[in-house]
Amino acid sequence: MADLASPGPALAALDVLRAMGFDPVVPADAGCCGQPAFNTGQPRAAAPVLRHTVGAFEGCDAIVTVAGSCAAMVAHNGPALVPAASGFVRRMWEFTQFVAAFGAGLPLHLDATVTYHDGCHMTRVLGERTTPRELLSRIDGLRVVEMVDPDGCCGFGGTFAVKFPELSAAMADVKLDHAAATEVDWIVSADPGCLVHLSGRAGATGRALPTRHIAEIVRDALVPAGVTA
Amino acid sequence: MTAPSEQGRAGSRPSSTALIGTERVSLSHPEWAGAEIPPGTRRLPLISADAVRRPGVGHTRERLEALGRERASGVWTPEAAARRERGAEIRRETLKDMSGHLDRLCASLEANGAIVHRVSTPEQAREAVGQVARDHGVSLVAKSKSMATEEIHLTPYLNGLGIDVVETDLGEYIVQAAGQRPSHIVGPALHLSKDDVTHLFADLNGAPVSDRPDDLAAFARARLRADFKAAQMGICGVNFAAADTGTLVVVTNEGNADMVTSQPDVLVAVMPIEKVVPRLSDVGVLVPLLSDTANKQFVTTYQTWLSGPRDPDAGGDGPRELHVVIFDNGRSDVLGTPLEEVLCCIRCGNCQFACPVFRTMGGGHGYASIYGGPIGAVLSPVIGGHSADADLPFMSSLCGACADACPVKIPIPDLLVDLRNRYVEEHPRPVEDAGWRAWSLAWSTRVGYAASMIGARAASVVPGGILRRLPLVSTWASVRSLPSFTGAGAVRRAARKKDGHDR
Repeated sequence: MADLASPGPALAALDVLRAMGFDPVVPADAGCCGQPAFNTGQPRAAAPVLRHTVGAFEGCDAIVTVAGSCAAMVAHNGPALVPAASGFVRRMWEFTQFVAAFGAGLPLHLDATVTYHDGCHMTRVLGERTTPRELLSRIDGLRVVEMVDPDGCCGFGGTFAVKFPELSAAMADVKLDHAAATEVDWIVSADPGCLVHLSGRAGATGRALPTRHIAEIVRDALVPAGVTA
Repeated sequence: MTAPSEQGRAGSRPSSTALIGTERVSLSHPEWAGAEIPPGTRRLPLISADAVRRPGVGHTRERLEALGRERASGVWTPEAAARRERGAEIRRETLKDMSGHLDRLCASLEANGAIVHRVSTPEQAREAVGQVARDHGVSLVAKSKSMATEEIHLTPYLNGLGIDVVETDLGEYIVQAAGQRPSHIVGPALHLSKDDVTHLFADLNGAPVSDRPDDLAAFARARLRADFKAAQMGICGVNFAAADTGTLVVVTNEGNADMVTSQPDVLVAVMPIEKVVPRLSDVGVLVPLLSDTANKQFVTTYQTWLSGPRDPDAGGDGPRELHVVIFDNGRSDVLGTPLEEVLCCIRCGNCQFACPVFRTMGGGHGYASIYGGPIGAVLSPVIGGHSADADLPFMSSLCGACADACPVKIPIPDLLVDLRNRYVEEHPRPVEDAGWRAWSLAWSTRVGYAASMIGARAASVVPGGILRRLPLVSTWASVRSLPSFTGAGAVRRAARKKDGHDR
């Protein structure tokens, strides 16, 4: 998903990881976790795709993902689908968790106001509710304005978005209404899926509500103070 | 407000007072919200699209969202979390020996003097109730709320035998008079506004009624009181049936189950098999758990405990004859499989309150099934004779709010995914299945993955008009702008460039 329709977050994450002093690589075989197929009832189509991706990361000390939902998929369903995935899960970090753990000294500054949308799978399956906000709170100059129901589903849901388009869009409208009420510069999330869906719906309905992945916010905050937008 | 007519009680074969005037009801509803869904009309994508446009849906959604915030669905205090753990254990203990607990329940019920009808199918369940009614020459039934009776389509069956059946729970009475089916397990009329109910009751009355909530309730109460007095038979559901004592527990907040189970001479309790609990003491855990998640109460206003028919020698109260109909309807088939978890459900409706799909459709009618919402999307395809609901599990964004809200920890999203897989296995769709196979083949090789990224970049320079004709793309773009694919594959390329070598 990230590589196909939304490469910005992963590219930003590479910059952040380098600033933290790491030497990140993207294995040539890195691919998809298989979630689109798995969640729509096609585990047999999902398994080879996940197995290929798991194999690609053998030998990496830590695996960082910018998609909270993919992390949740691999952690929750991976080992049952592909036994080798259990080793992958032990080395896997969701982006904000990795930055929180190893980027404590990173100076961050960004003059902006944002609202944070909790992606469902990262929140409820991975159980990660606090780290993204802690990371945002570390960015000097950044103001977070909470929207109503920040952990309410945006209506994306993988193939749900194309099986029930009107329902999915109506759910996005609720989310966008709540986000618009905060009058912020960006809707921020740790999930590219939610963001592609929300920005697509905002675009189709003529709303000026830009979205930004949390890795892009952190990357932008790496820029020395005084040069920020 | 005019007094209820006494005509219902005239003559030797009483008929309903509460249902007088239903022929005047003008409140309209879509076909898929009706008491019975006509066969062949059930197409979920069309119905869900209709549902989000239904007049008043935004108002219902906002009320449900506000309720969700107030109730903090999915947030468990330490005390509530401990009760939840205990409740989840009791339910799973029940599953482990379902038939043993049912045998003990039946023996206890019979020892208490009840007549047990243990049946398999909805037809058999309906016929058992119908036979009791016929044996006693019943023409009017007072009924308390029960999803089980909805599941077996009991009321239309009894109506076909010439018997009036009156719903005595206020919300159920409202939807019955409106010709609709319940839109929520514990809040059957939550999709209707006070104005809707005022108009409905004015139609029933044949004259205007006050729109004050107390007056509306009083209007219903007066009419229902006449039917409680006249009904020859009561029908109730069962919340919990204790195997050790044969006690049936029914909870309400209106006391109507007390009336249904104490006034008519004959009572029929209807329950699916999973209402059994091993011990009466389990009710001490499960009733507070149910009350909390259904309605944010520690206990419901009324608890009706039925311990058998009236003892003629000891005087006392209650029905002269107590029948208990226990039906299976396909449930035993899932015992021992991961889907058995759905039988833990205690019908609190909390997953429905918490669900953004349910909220956005303004209630459960959009599921076009007896049981709507997250639990309905699991239960409906599992129970027998509901193969029409096999695709219902797809109507979820899998956000997981239902699992967090569930008082007995049913992993609803996992079960939905299991059922999607079952649907795919049982309903081959050549084009879609071949598409997934091709995707799987491509994305499990380096060359195939790279080719698909090149394809995506190529597609991004194709004029939008052509791109939008592709099936999936057109559906996405019908409500959203398309993302740009010009950067497809950029992540790998960037990493290669920085590394300075092709990995």
